[in-house]
Amino acid sequence: MFKVLERKELAPTEYEILVVAPRIANKAQPGQFVILRIDERGERIPLTIVDADQKAGWVRLIFQVIGKSTAQLATVMAGEYLKDVVGPLGKATDIKNYGTVLLVGGGVGIAALFPIIKGLKAAGNHVITILGAKNQHLLILQDECAKYSDELILMTDDGSAGEQGLVTQAMETVFEREKIAMAWAIGPSVMMKFCTLTAQKYSVPIYVSLNPIMIDGTGMCGGCRVTIADSIKFACVDGPEFLGKEVNWDEFVNRMQQYRSEELLADERYKKQVSING
Amino acid sequence: MAKRSYTKTPMREQAPEIRSRNFDEVALGYTLAEGQLEASRCLQCKNAPCITNCPVMIDIPGFIKAVEESDMPLAHKILSRYTNLPAICGRVCPQEKQCEMVCRLGRSKKFEPVAIGKLERLVADWALEQPIEYSETFGEKGRVAVIGSGPSGLTAAGDLVKLGYDVTVYEALHAAGGVLTYGIPEFRLPKRVVKQEIERIIAQGVKIETNVVVGKTITMDEIMADFDACYLSVGAGAPKFQGIKGTSLNGVYSSSEYLTRVNLMHGYQFPIYDTPVQKSTNVVVIGGGNVAMDAARSAKRLGVEKVSIVYRRSLEELPARQEEYHHSVEEGVDYHWLSNPIEYIDDGAGRLRAVKCVQMELGEPDESGRRRPIVIPDSEFIIEADTVIEAIGQGANKVLLDTFPELALNQWGYIEADEETCATSIPGFFAGGDIVTGAATVILAMGAGKIAATEIDRYVQQTKQEQLV
Repeated sequence: MFKVLERKELAPTEYEILVVAPRIANKAQPGQFVILRIDERGERIPLTIVDADQKAGWVRLIFQVIGKSTAQLATVMAGEYLKDVVGPLGKATDIKNYGTVLLVGGGVGIAALFPIIKGLKAAGNHVITILGAKNQHLLILQDECAKYSDELILMTDDGSAGEQGLVTQAMETVFEREKIAMAWAIGPSVMMKFCTLTAQKYSVPIYVSLNPIMIDGTGMCGGCRVTIADSIKFACVDGPEFLGKEVNWDEFVNRMQQYRSEELLADERYKKQVSING
Repeated sequence: MAKRSYTKTPMREQAPEIRSRNFDEVALGYTLAEGQLEASRCLQCKNAPCITNCPVMIDIPGFIKAVEESDMPLAHKILSRYTNLPAICGRVCPQEKQCEMVCRLGRSKKFEPVAIGKLERLVADWALEQPIEYSETFGEKGRVAVIGSGPSGLTAAGDLVKLGYDVTVYEALHAAGGVLTYGIPEFRLPKRVVKQEIERIIAQGVKIETNVVVGKTITMDEIMADFDACYLSVGAGAPKFQGIKGTSLNGVYSSSEYLTRVNLMHGYQFPIYDTPVQKSTNVVVIGGGNVAMDAARSAKRLGVEKVSIVYRRSLEELPARQEEYHHSVEEGVDYHWLSNPIEYIDDGAGRLRAVKCVQMELGEPDESGRRRPIVIPDSEFIIEADTVIEAIGQGANKVLLDTFPELALNQWGYIEADEETCATSIPGFFAGGDIVTGAATVILAMGAGKIAATEIDRYVQQTKQEQLV
């Protein structure tokens, strides 16, 4: 059992929890994730480790309510427990001094991007960060990202914060004016795909963090397989970060849809239960 | 004494048309009277060949005699000397290739061998109904870490505790048992039985920590620092894919994923449990081992009307247990013999529509002694399918091994370990089960666990002696 130490609503439908897991906190590195299960009947869901405090023994997780399990996770209050949390899983980001780096985060993907920003800054990089979201409320972790970025650019769909437009527009501006050694993009798959295309236009290598469907997260089932440079990789052990230009995007997006109808069914059933039980 | 029956005392089973619609156990077990009847068939051989052909060398005539005399506590006591998981072995061991293969009764004309596995199960199931006895051992002989809680790790841990060690088992998943929990389905091995048998090992003093991925959550260096010795029994859990065109289409599964969803995550009880399994109408399973049988029979139970198995050799070479094959046929699984898939065909929207196969013929025997399948030119044919499950074997999982490069591996990527002692290239580290042999059987993994326990004891005592000098 893993105790939830704190729980906070960051934005409409986006939540942050601190979970007591000393061993994971001890080992977590930027780019890694955990798999958690809320209760005995729960499914195993992957979430990026946003931050970890070795001394206090907690890991920080941020999630968006998109279906049954995340809706249920949002109801777990401080002092309550999660059945299982395992990690840190996946390969860590290759943190080193590249020179000038560009980091692009979209929506709840900003949470996964944040530890990489922090790591790259500590490694002595000149960090330029672009954050994008539908509106100002969904631009989470702005202050924290700003703290570890030499430059922070905000983009919103509705112009309620920063500039109105897409993160790729901001990328173009940056690429036009300076030499970027390495870039990262984390967010919805469509965003990551277009960030990759934009970076390719300027011959800048870009890493993306893939979030396919996972079960065990330890390389034993291949449910999370992705095609990278024409060969099968398991995102849970070979990734989750891959070079964007090597990802087969159409296949990746297609595989994400596999359980669409079951996901909707589970979500509706849960909502019905909640409305009955109050 | 009454005349011995030529055939084994039959075990009651759920009828095929009923059981293919549920996940309840197929074989229902002997009553004590049936067990006694079967036990009376045993010839009570001196130098019984069945003992030497059992990987953990159970005193088979001994426990069978106790059953015949209806002394179940004694029967169980005898079994427990050799095995920590009798309820599991009695159910899933391929007895026809082990103890029962060499049974003297079975070797004489017209007689079937004694149903040793079914009798073991009878005793073990009786024992599971008895109150748990907690052990009072304090583990003063030393500390041993066991990595992986499958049959090999559990056996080693159980034996080490009995030898007086403080044993901690680390398990990556949220439930212990390894393949017993995520792989072998409920209808062959009820999870209740696995759970109870593991609870009994815990009662003996074994500590099991789940949600620990060694190499990630804790490192091998930490294990080395905290323990006197370590047993690596992480299994061969990484699925292989044939890698043919269409492998990443929706609807294409590894058997590991399909069975993990169904067994470990209770996918068959979706949406009461949260993990879904695809609803299918036409399932094709690729492969001919027990895992292929398990996947096909699971699909049937999920309500799939048409389930077929594509196997590249013929019935004669089928590696699955005969019993499982017969069960699958009774439950309506179809077979495409001498067939191999060459492409998974897209429906135009990224979903599987059909499997393109070729017909094979058998050539000369290969190194495994089985005749090698050869493609017949221009023999392509199509099987309509919305789900395909590849059950073509597993390899070594690299998650742990990658973080432990000092450990010597063999050419297939498995750990190099001495067959007689389970010793690896690093002193104090022992290894056994599928991570050494590649995917094999539950009982062979248990046999390795037994050897490892003895050798670890020897190693730790020797090291302590040397430290005193």
